[in-house]
Amino acid sequence: MEVFGLWLAAFFTLGIISFLYKDNPWYKFSEAVFIGISAGYWFVVSFWDNLYAKFYLGVTANDDYMLFVGAVLGAMMILRLAPNIGWISRWPLAFVVGAISGFYLMNYFSSNVMKQVQNSVIPLFSADYGQSMFTESFGTIAGKIVIAAGTFTGLIYFFFSKEHKGAFGGAAKVGIWVIMITFGASFGYTVMSRMSLLIGRMDFLFGQWLGMIK
Amino acid sequence: MNKKELVAVIIIVALSLIFYFGIKQPIVFSSTVSYIITALIGLVLLYIFIRTVGGKIFGRRTVFLFVGIAVVLPFFMTIKQPIKSSPEVKSLYDAVLALKPDSKVLVSFDYDPPSAPELQPMAESFFMLCFERDLKLIIMGLWPQGPQQAEMALQRAFLEPDIAAKNLKYGVDYVNLGFQTGNEFVIQRMGSSFKSMFQTDYYGTPYDDIPLIRNVTNFSNIDFVFNLSAGYPGTVEWVQVAVDRYGVKLGAGNTAVQAPQMYPYLRAGQLVGLLGGLNGAAEFEKATNIIGKGTKFMVSQSFAHVIVIAFIIIGNAAYFLGEKRREENKPNQTGMNNQPGAN
Repeated sequence: MEVFGLWLAAFFTLGIISFLYKDNPWYKFSEAVFIGISAGYWFVVSFWDNLYAKFYLGVTANDDYMLFVGAVLGAMMILRLAPNIGWISRWPLAFVVGAISGFYLMNYFSSNVMKQVQNSVIPLFSADYGQSMFTESFGTIAGKIVIAAGTFTGLIYFFFSKEHKGAFGGAAKVGIWVIMITFGASFGYTVMSRMSLLIGRMDFLFGQWLGMIK
Repeated sequence: MNKKELVAVIIIVALSLIFYFGIKQPIVFSSTVSYIITALIGLVLLYIFIRTVGGKIFGRRTVFLFVGIAVVLPFFMTIKQPIKSSPEVKSLYDAVLALKPDSKVLVSFDYDPPSAPELQPMAESFFMLCFERDLKLIIMGLWPQGPQQAEMALQRAFLEPDIAAKNLKYGVDYVNLGFQTGNEFVIQRMGSSFKSMFQTDYYGTPYDDIPLIRNVTNFSNIDFVFNLSAGYPGTVEWVQVAVDRYGVKLGAGNTAVQAPQMYPYLRAGQLVGLLGGLNGAAEFEKATNIIGKGTKFMVSQSFAHVIVIAFIIIGNAAYFLGEKRREENKPNQTGMNNQPGAN
């Protein structure tokens, strides 16, 4: 059975890779099987982990009747499938949007705004009173200057109330360079990530399946 | 399917059968052969560059072929790549070393098999380090397949003779709580009660029957959290809820795609350390001195990067030379103005 599983995985891996040559029936079949299995898998996971484990066991084993509120809201969401009473599905949707917005507002404001602002306001040189300004290494000071200048010019680029001309325009240009370098680093990491996935599949094909790798 | 494609499929099937049944031992190239192959690839790339400069453009399939070769060949080579641990990896390693024996470490597996090539080596070396340091592991997952990945990492860790000799017991030295739906709300609830989210473990044992976690109420009983993340829910949610609300000490291993997003958290001290992609996995293996797939895959990664850089240069050469030729071949502007409405 294990050998059959290996061959099946290899068959589908090669099928997906065959798209690099061109779109073909082998690829289409592999893609359709993947999508079908994924949909089935998520349906089963949702059923057993949400409906059964959380709702059914919650009500029957733990007497948690508050779960009926969620169950009713969930049932109302399904009414979207009935054209005449589909409008009812907007109520649970409004509840979800409101609750999630409130939750995220606090989380993002605290973690992604306040903490980051607090961390960006840093002394360029040593902050210790009575010590030389240059107690920190050149690299650390240079790094802080880059962060301060990058943050400032990046913000200027997104300031559209004043025309980007003269010194202001120059700073905005530096800002766009900073943003582009950030995108470049991000893209480099993405390439690395995609290569890792390819390496993983190749390791499977040549290692686990064909047994050619030590 | 035309005749040519049918032949290609037959060749693939035949080669698969030959390799599967014909090769009984792994293939290993000597250092000399490895360097000769590398030099040959370099020469072919140079040839492609010269041909491109000469006006012959190679198709995208050439790029795919070279990337494939660059990824596969290093598997058989004996070339080793020097790896140096970066500060963010070293700080994660130091944070684990600072934990006293019997400290409780919560590890959340928030990824599935597609991200395993990057994150599984991190999980394996992290488990090995924890077991070596006699730390107690509490495993969970916010992704359905996370706990299965954890089981695989545990099996790999137990293959190490030093760890196997410790005779670690499930429920006493480590426990797998399994998957729980609810994304960041699971973390939120764990802040007040672990048991409310995990009434049983991965195998159905009731929470109170497991000695390791019987007295674990919430995050205040956890000494360190390590999150392996491939997206949502993942490290962002752990930072926002567990770190910023409950003051948890958090380290993370991320896929390379989302690693840049985590650096602000690292700088702000919201993350103790960060392993970014395969590179991070290899650096952590270097720090822990536990050599695994992260280090092995890095040679392929570097080869592939060199190929990508080479083709970026070739592509740019083709673009700019093409531009120059287009400029040269451009018809006279005055001749173009013989259109209706033009003077």
